[in-house]
Amino acid sequence: MNREQRTEDRGEKVLLSGNEAVAKSAIDAGCRFYAGYPITPQNELIGYMAKNMASSGGIFIQSESELSAINMVFGASASGVRAMTSSSSPGISLMQEGISYIAGAELPAVIVNIMRAGPGLGNIWPAQSDYFQAVKSGGHGDYHCIVLAPSSVQEAYALTFEAFVLADKYRIPVIILGDAMLGQMMEPLSVHSQEFIVHSKKLRTKSWAATGCKDRKPNVVKSFYLNLGDLEKFNLKLQRKYKNIQQKEQRYEELNINDARIILVAYGTMARLAKQAMVSLREKGLKVGLIRPINLWPFPQKIFQRLAISDKRLAFLVIEMSYGQMLEDVKLAVNGQQRVEFLGRSGGGIPTEEEIIKSSLSLLSS
Amino acid sequence: MKRIFGRTKSLRPLDTHYCSGCGHGVVHRLLAEAIDELNIRGITIGVTPVGCAVVAYDYWDFDCVESAHGRGLAVATAIKRLQPEKVVFTYQGDGDLAAIGTAETIHAANRGENLTVVFINNAVYGMTGGQMAPTTLIGQKSATSPLGRNEKTEGYPLRISELLAQLQGVYSVERTAVDSVYGILKTKNAIKTAFQNQMENKGFSLVEVLSACPTYWDMSAFESLDWIKNKMSKVFPLGRIK
Repeated sequence: MNREQRTEDRGEKVLLSGNEAVAKSAIDAGCRFYAGYPITPQNELIGYMAKNMASSGGIFIQSESELSAINMVFGASASGVRAMTSSSSPGISLMQEGISYIAGAELPAVIVNIMRAGPGLGNIWPAQSDYFQAVKSGGHGDYHCIVLAPSSVQEAYALTFEAFVLADKYRIPVIILGDAMLGQMMEPLSVHSQEFIVHSKKLRTKSWAATGCKDRKPNVVKSFYLNLGDLEKFNLKLQRKYKNIQQKEQRYEELNINDARIILVAYGTMARLAKQAMVSLREKGLKVGLIRPINLWPFPQKIFQRLAISDKRLAFLVIEMSYGQMLEDVKLAVNGQQRVEFLGRSGGGIPTEEEIIKSSLSLLSS
Repeated sequence: MKRIFGRTKSLRPLDTHYCSGCGHGVVHRLLAEAIDELNIRGITIGVTPVGCAVVAYDYWDFDCVESAHGRGLAVATAIKRLQPEKVVFTYQGDGDLAAIGTAETIHAANRGENLTVVFINNAVYGMTGGQMAPTTLIGQKSATSPLGRNEKTEGYPLRISELLAQLQGVYSVERTAVDSVYGILKTKNAIKTAFQNQMENKGFSLVEVLSACPTYWDMSAFESLDWIKNKMSKVFPLGRIK
């Protein structure tokens, strides 16, 4: 599960909440700038940063708003430093303009959304109803963020670490999309040993960063292309980058799909409930499998496309803490060639194992 | 022949896009001269606004970061905190600094960020076509106050420099005007001092510059200078505020 953690890495075992694991991972990955504004259910994250960023040689700022936080991240990233902010749904809505600017200026940045239920002030219960905002890009303009969806505290640690690597590699904003359940629950996890922790000073310097033009030509970090044709050219460059990422960065976990007649599709914490339902159904002798997208953008289309064109008749049951958002991406990938059904609750409601089993059984009998 | 005057190094030899009589070009040059006289070009990072001066980085010859509208001081805060040995400034208009970016302005000032702010007040939104700004004078006509600004519905010209001067985190605030040779020299000195304050770690320093926008004031360049002197300076008094 922990993709970044090498087998020889025998880091210590710790007990942390998902929020704290994300924060610790960021610091371990060489993040040296964090700005954020308090909002439930991610307050343990900003709290961890307040306690630990300065002693790690970084800068922590409690900003006056999420607008300010994301623009501080813009400035930090423009300085060539690994930078992060975190919030929960309403705060992430406020950040959308800034995320668009970060994408437009091709800056690396990590943005954590520990989702709560909406719309509006909603409530602070777990939800997955910001999927569209994250994967379709909530700000203006043709851009994408890489979106990673951890389903455990261990994976939250691993994917946050990887998020910084991807952000630098592609100069792109990366969103960690978790929910209140993941943020709040505590689980034991193994963290990187000292040997594998990133020392920010040893990271390759970014030649494009604004650090003063002593001994080189001036750098400008910007997203403004006024002359007709220039922006189109830049946008085409972005699109080539996105295509490359779509080819290379499709991550997912699959379980029991080879003989399956029904494939459950769920991400994040929802996938853990779906997995439990799958185990129960298997015990009853029913052929049920699971696909858990780990990247939500780029969506792991290839596995769905492969299954869609198989001779075997299949049904996909998409399960979400929303009223059907990832469902649209599954349908696009399956392209009408197999049956796609949906089970979802939101507003704080979570599809239960029993409801998943019931829906699966009715699918098998229809 | 001995060269006694020339274009300063930090200002590129380009024609600007600014309208004739506009103050931006003058202040761009003053900033560049101050930077070169202090010999800090190699360690300076400018943060440009959204507004007429968005492409100031095309004219300046040092590192710059473009900010979203109003967010200059959030961007600059991060840059300076991470690179305290550099000289970081924002260049912002009245809409950017005193309307959409009010929160970022007040909080960066209140945190006492060790930054230099050059605030261009021309009492109007220039780039978008002459709409009312927070600093538009009572009775002044604009695209969005066609009958003149009415204090009963649009409020009063916002004296944000006086407001900022109240904050404990602010080190210095000065208001100048590029309406005369004297005013231009005063402005250059104020900008230079604001940079020196930062280099001496004294904290947040802001220079508000009253600057002409003949196009959207619907005046000639000369009338504009008179208007700064006779009208605008009455509402926005010149001098050291803090």
